[in-house]
Amino acid sequence: MSDDKARESAGAQFRKAEATAADPLSEIMELQMGPSHPACHGTIKFHLRLDGENIIACETEVGYLHRGFEKMCEQGTWNQAIPYTDRLNYASPLINNFIFCEAVERLCGIEVPERASYMRVLLSECARISDHLTCLGMGATELGAFTVGFYMNEARELLYNMSARVTGARVTVSYGRVGGLARDVPDDFADMIRAAIKRTNEVLRDSEKLLERNRIFTDRMVGIGLMSQEQALSFGLTGPLLRATGIAYDVRKAAPYMVYDRMDFEVPVGTKGDNFDRFAVRFEEIKQSIRIVEQCLAQMPGGPVIADNAAYVLPPKKDVYGSIEGLMNHFKIIVEGIRVPAGEIYFSGEAANGELGFYLVSDGSGRPYRVRVRPPCFYGMSALETMVKGYMIPDLAAIFGMVNMIGGECDR
Amino acid sequence: MAINSADLAARVAAAVPSSGAECFVTPGDGAIEIAAAAVVDVVRFLRDDPDLALRLFLDVTAVDYQDSRGQIELIYVLRSMVSGERVLVKTRVDAAAPRVATISHLFAGANWAEREVYDMFGVHFEGHPNMRRILLYEEFQGHPLRKSYPYQKRQPLTPERDPIADPWPKKR
Repeated sequence: MSDDKARESAGAQFRKAEATAADPLSEIMELQMGPSHPACHGTIKFHLRLDGENIIACETEVGYLHRGFEKMCEQGTWNQAIPYTDRLNYASPLINNFIFCEAVERLCGIEVPERASYMRVLLSECARISDHLTCLGMGATELGAFTVGFYMNEARELLYNMSARVTGARVTVSYGRVGGLARDVPDDFADMIRAAIKRTNEVLRDSEKLLERNRIFTDRMVGIGLMSQEQALSFGLTGPLLRATGIAYDVRKAAPYMVYDRMDFEVPVGTKGDNFDRFAVRFEEIKQSIRIVEQCLAQMPGGPVIADNAAYVLPPKKDVYGSIEGLMNHFKIIVEGIRVPAGEIYFSGEAANGELGFYLVSDGSGRPYRVRVRPPCFYGMSALETMVKGYMIPDLAAIFGMVNMIGGECDR
Repeated sequence: MAINSADLAARVAAAVPSSGAECFVTPGDGAIEIAAAAVVDVVRFLRDDPDLALRLFLDVTAVDYQDSRGQIELIYVLRSMVSGERVLVKTRVDAAAPRVATISHLFAGANWAEREVYDMFGVHFEGHPNMRRILLYEEFQGHPLRKSYPYQKRQPLTPERDPIADPWPKKR
């Protein structure tokens, strides 16, 4: 004990002597990280103030991918906004599609057929799995665990192939429609999903073994990037970032939409709100999503996938080419757009990164008066400045990875 | 506790008499409209009231009604940590010189949200610690989500080159 104390005081003396000497290394260094950096998931710039390798302040600059999403939505019809929503979170485009459609449907007051609702839940959960696989795989890759990254990409690839088979595109899906879905799914759909889930389960098992007791990984994860519950609420963090702090808040449970109220699943939460909790929450969420997918496949009802409502839904092609009423209806909806009743609505759903909200204002014409999207990772990024303070530059890559910033959604 | 718009407006009006809170209708949410001068007091009341506990900050956004009413509407979105319900708080400011007090000291997330509203609508948030553009670049002129801003207008920082009239020099 006395030995320890002696050594400590010697160390303190040395540090004191070091601090008084004019050491150029003790100066605060300013470092611009980005906008283009391998550890940046998109284009983003960090203005860091460093004491050695420790971050004492970080200023984040976003907006490099700003494409005027909200302005462009006001220029077209309601249905023409759907392809823009694909480009928000390009790791889980189906969720954006469906939440936007759901918001418009609630403003119009139209009912979606049961099969379409089930299909939306099913595909949303597949998208959530692929989003989490992307986030976790890339997060692990940034810490040197390339194997995990490739394993997870392999499982994700199966889900992307399924998405391509169902919607015709891997990422730019545009599969939702106001009133339901663009078309029904192909026959081999369920088999593709089952194969993807089987592989995902294997990948999760392998990745867990690779990472769980890996020092390189846990040292950058456990106890890093801490955030308290109060801070998380104040910053508007939602999704895995909020749940990692121990608050079991999930829009799917708090305000169920589509058919989430019929699904049996749990909301995993963390305990400390550190990087590892964010990782673990996403990891567990994949397993819960798999449960939901299995329930959807078991309960999937038959019937149409789009509402029978001539005011909002395009008529079947048979009518467009076979009757004048059908042709006129088609022409009106395409050229003038659907007439969403005047009013406003704020609707939100649980996207992979957190609460994705749409605030829609309609003036009764065929075009949106205002489309506001509340992007979950924008608020995650605003909290990043607080999260990284006091940690090291290599921790920044890990923390940033777990925030899972998606440029398309953050910058719009 | 289910949040009812009329009930909520009455409670807010009782707690902050200057707010003149009234309810308005939107599907699914509790929604009140208040006077712009009372924003900070109302948001603080909603956050700290133990029954409501609207402690999760969700969003601050705006809608431009300059052409019809000469106003910009600001919408604050909060969520209750007791009932899980959402509340919209709406206020109106003059579109010619839009100003309102910041709530970034009440909710840290409002810092970036208000910067974005400033960037897109030109609403100035008084007392904000860092009232700068966030998504657009510093040199940008105007506020693009105003209805008066033409959507096709371009503001390149470097002159744009017509690739047909002025092609890239070919390699010899």
